[in-house]
Amino acid sequence: MQAISENRNQAAQPLEDEAPSVHLHAARLSYRGETIFDDLDLHLPARRTTCLLGPSGVGKTSLLRMVAGLTHAAQGEAVDAEGKGLEGRVAYMAQQDLLLPWLSVAANVTLGSRLRGEPAPHAEAKRLLERVGLADAASLRPNALSGGMRQRAALARTLIERRPVVLMDEPFSALDAITRLELQSLAAELLRGRTVLLITHDPLEALRLGHRVLVMSGRPARLQEAIEPPGEPPRDPAGADILRLQGDLLAQLSKAKP
Amino acid sequence: MSLPKASRPALVFLVAIAAWELLVRVTGAPAFILPSPLAVASALVERWPLILDNALVTLAEILLGLLLGTLLGSASALAIAAFASLRRWLLPVLVVSQAIPVFALAPMLVLWLGYGMASKVAMATLIIYFPVTVAFLDGLRRTEPGWLDLARTLGAKPASALLHIRIPAALPALASGLRVATAVAPIGAVVGEWVGSSAGLGYLMLQANARLQVDLMFAALCVLAAMALGLYFLVDRLARRLLPWQPES
Repeated sequence: MQAISENRNQAAQPLEDEAPSVHLHAARLSYRGETIFDDLDLHLPARRTTCLLGPSGVGKTSLLRMVAGLTHAAQGEAVDAEGKGLEGRVAYMAQQDLLLPWLSVAANVTLGSRLRGEPAPHAEAKRLLERVGLADAASLRPNALSGGMRQRAALARTLIERRPVVLMDEPFSALDAITRLELQSLAAELLRGRTVLLITHDPLEALRLGHRVLVMSGRPARLQEAIEPPGEPPRDPAGADILRLQGDLLAQLSKAKP
Repeated sequence: MSLPKASRPALVFLVAIAAWELLVRVTGAPAFILPSPLAVASALVERWPLILDNALVTLAEILLGLLLGTLLGSASALAIAAFASLRRWLLPVLVVSQAIPVFALAPMLVLWLGYGMASKVAMATLIIYFPVTVAFLDGLRRTEPGWLDLARTLGAKPASALLHIRIPAALPALASGLRVATAVAPIGAVVGEWVGSSAGLGYLMLQANARLQVDLMFAALCVLAAMALGLYFLVDRLARRLLPWQPES
């Protein structure tokens, strides 16, 4: 019993810094002469998971890439409450697992340290692989893993960086329903205490995992006011509140469709 | 037909040999025009020391050419991939170098580098350089963009992303280039020997031809073909062994 509760306390990975709130002010983006969004403000409260829903092509991924610092700073740069940039504090998890096929699972998890020329944190990697249930797969290559296992490995690679801000772009969308449910619970548990932005096209996923749910729609795109589902994530997908909110969200999303 | 996979080409080969033998018997072609397979086989056995000596020279030329061509080609591809400005300078040179038929250069190479191995190695290197450079460069420029985004968020410098992501990701493309290079390398070496040489299978065939020893010519040709095939399969197997993650082509 004691051991289990200790394990629970260690569940959330210790962070390098306290998780900050994230602010993106007056962001704008155009693509081939068309304005995708303009004068857009995004606010991610500290240590909370914000889910972003919206129709395909509305600019959700572009917005996330902007927060990640993967676009030109002139279009918009995300800062914390003190106005400092987020460089080195953001971890990014994409829809594809982006595992390198020539490296073992363990080597993929410690990719960041290798890229920065630092010694690889092997003990940490081993512990995290145990947490995501891949202890036996550490020496396998990614092509030997199922889709769910691959996303678990990607999750471990994201967590080992101890970055206080985590950006996720539909990380579970390619998984079957049961695997997705399992991974959502695991992610919610392991990401507790971080500032998270999660893009999804699944209203139920947003309501399970988000402290806040935003809907992005229109052209130029706007963010609609946030839903704050009751209770702590991960929530029961069969809860009455969740199911009612899912109906509301679906209605909102079908109105948002161009 | 439930024959083992490897037996099919062997069967086709045997049928071709039988047809050849039949053709010689039916037409009664003289041995200095078309020797029978048996005559070629006996020439192969009787003149084996001579053939072997010359085959080893050609093999050495091919291997040295492969080594140099691969090193130069890989270095060029890396330089072009790492420094975008180099591309504008080097790519036109690369394309122009391919517009000149290598065969036309052979007499010049012999003139400059002599009748020995150097001119043949240079020919093989030239003919290998282009496919290796183009294939590797193509691989280096087609890195999955998601991997590069990931590397950036993980704090990788461009040189580190090149070393840890772009180069390993391009190795399967380099292997394709190497397969092509291995297939064309013997052409370079033999053309070089034809233009002017004192040893090698090309030289042996030229000498045999001049003396109407067509059976010896065929025997040398068979050894050359076997060598080229063996090299190709060796490179193919090696590439598969060393790069087990690459997609089946």
